[in-house]
Amino acid sequence: MKRIEAIALAAEAAEAQNALLVCNIGYPSRELFSVKDRPENFYMLGSMGLASSIGLGLALARPERKVMVLDGDGSVLMNLGTLATIAHHAPENYLLVILDNCCYGSTGSQPTCTHLGTDLFALAKAAGVENVKRVDKVEDLPGAFPDFGVVIIKVEPGNADVPIIELSPEKIIERFRKSARPAEIS
Amino acid sequence: MTSSTLAIYHGLKHAGINFATSVPCVNLQELLALVGGDPDIIHVPVTREEEGVGLCAGAWIGGRRPALLMQNSGLGNSINALASLDMLYGIPLLMIISHRGGVGEPVIGQVPMGRLTVPLLDAMGILHFRPLPAQAEETVAQAWSQAAAGRRPVAVLLDLEFWRQK
Repeated sequence: MKRIEAIALAAEAAEAQNALLVCNIGYPSRELFSVKDRPENFYMLGSMGLASSIGLGLALARPERKVMVLDGDGSVLMNLGTLATIAHHAPENYLLVILDNCCYGSTGSQPTCTHLGTDLFALAKAAGVENVKRVDKVEDLPGAFPDFGVVIIKVEPGNADVPIIELSPEKIIERFRKSARPAEIS
Repeated sequence: MTSSTLAIYHGLKHAGINFATSVPCVNLQELLALVGGDPDIIHVPVTREEEGVGLCAGAWIGGRRPALLMQNSGLGNSINALASLDMLYGIPLLMIISHRGGVGEPVIGQVPMGRLTVPLLDAMGILHFRPLPAQAEETVAQAWSQAAAGRRPVAVLLDLEFWRQK
């Protein structure tokens, strides 16, 4: 399946659950922006590797609110410790979705170690995450987004032909923060 | 419990810090125990300091007041995140940093980052404070106020001499 198909279904699931959605840097954010822009989307423009961490901090701060993270294999490999932290500290409102295309898709599709066989499902399990799921086929996508845990979705390399995000960092964070903060805090 | 540790802890409480991430330093051990045992602070020990920058950013977006407790070696591990997450989006962060590698440092490996810590903060335009224990509570609270008002990371540097005072 193409990554943008998985992103479109993840975005639908996030909207249906009124979830906050943190999205990895590069083409994944651009694809999300093009298929379903919402104020509840946080588009990363830097800090590669930290999508899962930003989402985890948010989920801990807002335990009553569902938080979904869209991350990639290259980014998770850059911050592998995140799986250990998630295993022991993530609350039940936190779902990490890893879109594994076995390459650094935004920089010319250089292969990552998942291309050589590194298994993110096994790594998440070994880190201690209990609820880990793997999705390889497009027909399994509709049920691919449980309430919490880690999901690894195998996707094809390649990026959709989508424009860059036309929002400034200030705009992205202001509308996301407004969506994310508790009502009693202005 | 040393007065140095208590001054920092009281400063965190005074500032209303209610979310903390940490990577340990021997000089932070008492503080980490206090923060870890405080029911009003969510404390997440992280595997690497930049992971802590990410968690703190998310927590702030969710309405919390975050602090990152670490050694100055961790500043080096955090620079891209501080620049392209916190400084890019305007996200406040209080960094409580055990500043190793200065006068009296017994571990030679601490010296290079010890010397580079202030130049790195200056190069990034990150405000930093170096309080004595007697002023530390007030300084920590003030550092958070500056971070929140300016929506930027602010550092409090605590060197070997700071921790030596009982």
